[in-house]
Amino acid sequence: MSPTDPGAGRAADGPALLAVTGLRKSFGTHEVLRAVDLTVHTGEVVAIIGASGSGKTTVLRCLNGLEVADAGRVEVHGSLAVDFATSPDRRQLNALRDRSAMVFQHYNLFPHKTVLENVTEGPIVVQRRPVREAREDALALLARVGLADRADAYPFQLSGGQQQRVGIVRALALRPDLLLFDEPTSALDPELVGDVLTLMRDLAAEGWTMVVVTHELQFAREVAHRVVFLDEGAVLEEGPARQVLTDPAQERTRQFIRRLLRPL
Amino acid sequence: MTSDQWDLVLGSLGPITGGAIRGTIPLALASFAGGMVIAVAVALMRLSGRRLVAALARGYVSLIRGTPLLVQLFVVFYGLPSLGLVIDPWPSAIIAFSLNVGGYAAEVVRAAILSVPKGQWEAAYVIGMARPTALRRIILPQAARVSVPPLSNTFISLVKDTSLASLILVTELFREAQKVAAFSQEFMLLYLEAALVYWVICLALSTGQGVLEKRLDRYVAH
Repeated sequence: MSPTDPGAGRAADGPALLAVTGLRKSFGTHEVLRAVDLTVHTGEVVAIIGASGSGKTTVLRCLNGLEVADAGRVEVHGSLAVDFATSPDRRQLNALRDRSAMVFQHYNLFPHKTVLENVTEGPIVVQRRPVREAREDALALLARVGLADRADAYPFQLSGGQQQRVGIVRALALRPDLLLFDEPTSALDPELVGDVLTLMRDLAAEGWTMVVVTHELQFAREVAHRVVFLDEGAVLEEGPARQVLTDPAQERTRQFIRRLLRPL
Repeated sequence: MTSDQWDLVLGSLGPITGGAIRGTIPLALASFAGGMVIAVAVALMRLSGRRLVAALARGYVSLIRGTPLLVQLFVVFYGLPSLGLVIDPWPSAIIAFSLNVGGYAAEVVRAAILSVPKGQWEAAYVIGMARPTALRRIILPQAARVSVPPLSNTFISLVKDTSLASLILVTELFREAQKVAAFSQEFMLLYLEAALVYWVICLALSTGQGVLEKRLDRYVAH
């Protein structure tokens, strides 16, 4: 196995952590998702790519109930199956949310809380873990991403890249089974993208299960085990990252990749 | 001004500031506290998805803003007894002023909650919070910052409006001034003196507003 081709085949051997079937979602008369199926195995990194408006962010948001799908099932290994056809109640959506954590395009840090408070808010207030332990964990995670000395800063005092690393640490501190990334580098200045991608690469290498909506094809090729190409609300093509990105079967995938690599 | 008039002004300063300290200020504080509880509740009702609940809240705000405060005060103190409900002057004043402030401040609170970006709700949900926790820990603290200037206006108006309570026999700043004026027949002097004391209280409040704004601004880029 070459280092640039991380575990092709490795992750698919694990049990399915997440199984999505027949996910549908419309906003008004606009059908955003048309029967999307998606399986994510434990330890696997799945990149979702597609043109803007293809529904990739909506898929991600349905996975943790930020968006309530009109139909379809989301099953999380072992404990939980949410059937959207029978409009799930708030308790079910919360249970779904408890298994995952999300990193946002615009970070969405809490501006009135310090970096440390941003990270410990979930563990202390929601998960009711001991304050001291939560703080120590948070500081260790912050040290890991090179931000230990910024623990008492407020978000506005940080660069975009630093804010996004705090966003990732906030997600990790929840100890989720699944990490969801919604275009985590799209809002960053180009010179700050690298830090965030490096951190995500490290997390993948540690075996975190990740679903990443991204425009970074290079990153997808090097880090993702599998790439899913979404087109007009449906999965048009999916497979090992290298194959989908360098030798796609579908003409539309080919066009999309070419446009992204050579925008002019 | 004659020396008799000076003596009158200095002599009446005691009862008038006493009326402020024992009447105006506690009345304003209690009514504002009650009003804020009502305001948050009504704002949340208006923002709830339930149509009937939202309509009730809208009706309340409309009624409060569409009728004079003096009439509201009289309905509570002079009107309710004919329904067999007799309330003392002080509680009557606090009830009427709280209901009034609640109606005005509800709109401020609602706008402030709406001004917090949707991503803050989503981030709160994603770390596992339910709606009430998200509101209390993430949304309202951010809404508070935005609402300090308009709520300060509401509070300052309230301090001056408490003078209406003199009409339902509450002993406060203005009633004390009226008593001295009636006794001495120096109306101009005593009413100007009362105005000056109100002004001093409001100046102090404006200063307090500045301090509070500065404190809440510490996490915002300048």
